[in-house]
Amino acid sequence: MPLLEVNRAFNSYGAVPVISDVTLNAERGELVCLLGPSGCGKTTLLRLIAGLETLDSGTISFDGANLHSVAPHSRGFGLMFQDLALFPHMNVYGNVGFGLRMQGLSSGAVRRRVDEMLELVDLVNYGDRKVHELSGGERQRVALARSLAPAPKLLMLDEPLASLDRVLREALQIQVRAILKEVGVTSIYVTHDKDEAFAIADTIVFMKRGSVVQAGPPETLFRAPATELVARSLGIRNIIAGTIVGASEDVEIATSVGTLTVGGPAPAEMSVGDEVLVLIDERQLFVEPIHDDPSADVIVLNGVVRERKFRGGEAEIHVTVGNDELVSIVSSADPRSDVKAGQDVCIVIPPKAITLLPTA
Amino acid sequence: MTASRLLTLGPLAFLAVFFLYPLVAILGRSFGGGALGLDPFQELLGDSYYLGRIWFTIWQATLSTLLTLVLGLPVAYLFARHEFPGKTILKALTTLPFIMPTIVVAMGFIALLGPQGIVNTALSDVFGSNAPQLRVTNTLTIIFLAHAFYNYSIVVRIVSAYWANLSPRFGESAAMLGAGRVRTFVHVTLPLLLPAVWSSAILVFVFSFTSFGVVLVLGGPQFATVEVAIYELTVKLFRLEVAGALAIIQLVFTYVFLFVYSRVQAQSAVPITLVASESVSRRRKSARDILLVVGIVAGLLVVLSPLLALIERAVSTSGGYSLTHFVSLFSNDSGSFFYLSPMRVVWNSVRFALASTAIAMLVGTSAAYVIVRPGRRSSILDALFMLPLVVSAVTLGFGFLVAFNRPPIDLRGSWLILVIAHSLIAYPFVIRTLLPVLRGMPPHLKESAAVLGASPFRVFIHIEIPIIARALLVGATFAFAVSMGEFGASLLLVRAEFTTIPVAIFRLLGQPGEANLGQALAMSTLLMAVVALGFVAIERFRYRDVGGF
Repeated sequence: MPLLEVNRAFNSYGAVPVISDVTLNAERGELVCLLGPSGCGKTTLLRLIAGLETLDSGTISFDGANLHSVAPHSRGFGLMFQDLALFPHMNVYGNVGFGLRMQGLSSGAVRRRVDEMLELVDLVNYGDRKVHELSGGERQRVALARSLAPAPKLLMLDEPLASLDRVLREALQIQVRAILKEVGVTSIYVTHDKDEAFAIADTIVFMKRGSVVQAGPPETLFRAPATELVARSLGIRNIIAGTIVGASEDVEIATSVGTLTVGGPAPAEMSVGDEVLVLIDERQLFVEPIHDDPSADVIVLNGVVRERKFRGGEAEIHVTVGNDELVSIVSSADPRSDVKAGQDVCIVIPPKAITLLPTA
Repeated sequence: MTASRLLTLGPLAFLAVFFLYPLVAILGRSFGGGALGLDPFQELLGDSYYLGRIWFTIWQATLSTLLTLVLGLPVAYLFARHEFPGKTILKALTTLPFIMPTIVVAMGFIALLGPQGIVNTALSDVFGSNAPQLRVTNTLTIIFLAHAFYNYSIVVRIVSAYWANLSPRFGESAAMLGAGRVRTFVHVTLPLLLPAVWSSAILVFVFSFTSFGVVLVLGGPQFATVEVAIYELTVKLFRLEVAGALAIIQLVFTYVFLFVYSRVQAQSAVPITLVASESVSRRRKSARDILLVVGIVAGLLVVLSPLLALIERAVSTSGGYSLTHFVSLFSNDSGSFFYLSPMRVVWNSVRFALASTAIAMLVGTSAAYVIVRPGRRSSILDALFMLPLVVSAVTLGFGFLVAFNRPPIDLRGSWLILVIAHSLIAYPFVIRTLLPVLRGMPPHLKESAAVLGASPFRVFIHIEIPIIARALLVGATFAFAVSMGEFGASLLLVRAEFTTIPVAIFRLLGQPGEANLGQALAMSTLLMAVVALGFVAIERFRYRDVGGF
């Protein structure tokens, strides 16, 4: 049985629905990321689980017990806010020890636990610092230590790294995941950044307008996104609309760039006449000035290079095909990356680079 | 009734009973006489004396405002656009006059420019004549000077705060587009500053318009403002109907001006790029800077000279410097005016101020919580609770006189009437100091504590109280200082045995003799010291930048 179960949750702000029919589970020790555009209800869902908002209908249970009538301060959960909400009138020690004092621990026990927590977040000897003396990254780690100190049964983090610059954010993502895994706490982590979700999550729950669109391991979502929005949100750019015209042996899809033939049987739910989206992995397709290996089982399209972007170790080649544009990413050391804008090229697509997605 | 209901209704009830009811009582007094029910107004508007008072009040306020602007704007510029050593302290010192009780300011001017003031004594020494060389008491000049002294810090505070945050990019853009310094100022900077200039000007105008203590003490009978006329009608002539009519006319004037003020304020909220002030001011270490500081310090000495003169006069006697006047406060010389010993007067002031502070804190704090509660009525409630601030002290005292002299609320002869009047004047200051802190409190602070296991009560004790503690302290200090210095309402309401320091000073001034003047000076100095101490405490404890954490 999952540790946290959100079952058919509804919540609205006035007449505006914020959360509609959300069902969500988290296993013990699991790190769940809520991912989605801003305003999709991620934060409200956290606040519902924390008890800071109340459900219109549905249930939230923890370890089998309904949380409905449990006050926020009695739930034993932790919540790290985006603005961190470090208490300005207390030093680092006072902040980290606050939850422990609320539990009624002796001052010795508080001290031991705070020291332990500061060591965990690599802030040994920071106890006497004032909160406003800390750097951005230090504040984040103090807030994390404060949330973890009372050993919460569930830790929620609401975009905790959003205010940091990219370099620091990426460093802390790794550190946060390592700490959460070391502690073994079940966590729900809200972010709107897919890279952060990929770096942190065991499971990604993709939300849109108050509903869960898709949930699963990061790789599953990336390989088989449920909708175009999920695909685009996860950074998939090569998306072409098409119609299935043949499904007898190989699947044939008519698109604006020509008919694409994909080997193997069509997914069960698709049949001739269905409109689909063709997703092409930008790291598997490549361009060549001339494609002279007719034996290979690949799809070949003709296009014109619009732009070649140098991205350090990689080159990003944008090719115009009919009215569409496809992107290929290859190593910048690869001779195939050596193309110029305006150049006619062949686009080579191995069938396994293609994923079919039914349109809604 | 729930606790939250009580929180809302408590301050509202206080406002209704002790503010709105007296206003209604004034209205009831003034309307209803004669066939049209407008007799007091007809008498008022048919009498050239009272028309003259209204006209005088308007033009003296206008001229006072202009003078205040002329003095205040350059200082505002210096504080906004220049960085120099000691700026914080100098800026705090410029505010000092504004928080001084009117009676202290009036005494300061008497000590500086009065017949026995420093200036005249010095002139007599030089010219060897015993007659005062400089006769400015009981003239318009001293009223203007006192008004400017009192109010110029309003201009400095409001305009320099706005100016300091005004992006210099506007001026720089104008310069790049070919405008010289003068044209940049006239066409770009000044128009951008105008909302701030207007709001400060209107405030100064309203304060000069309802000016009482300064005019009564320094101007003498021939320069009575409307406020002074209301006082005289009430206390000397017992013409309560006419006094009420005049009070209503004054109220209409003030409300119109404050309405304009709020509109101007709303306009000044037009989004103009404002930037952090640190990035705006010029930091140059040069000979010019030192010159600037010397100039500012010299200017400040001039500005503070009435207060300094007050101290000097209080310790000087015909036989040289001594503490005679202060020592005399501890004796009860039967030859002096007092039925009460001076120390009894001080004790009166202190205990009334403590009681007023307690009530003002209770009302102000609960009102502040009512105002910050989310909802669209927040701004309406804010305006409602600020109303007592815009009613002049004499009008308030007058309202109390006519409202609470008979059942259901009969407070005649009680010290409570004074304490309630003081707390009514003081609690808006408590609200103003608390509101920014309550609003600036990071929204998730309390929730964070709750999630960490703190019950609502412990959240209040461990998070809320420590964070607003300093604001509470500042509010209490304000309330205490306001009560200690309150003059207008006290003069109308106080009974002899409850005489407070400002009233005693005024009465002493009306008595002849060096001893009485000396006691008045000594008491004023004491009062100034108390208020100055409170001011230091406020500057020390107030949040440097609210919501900055």
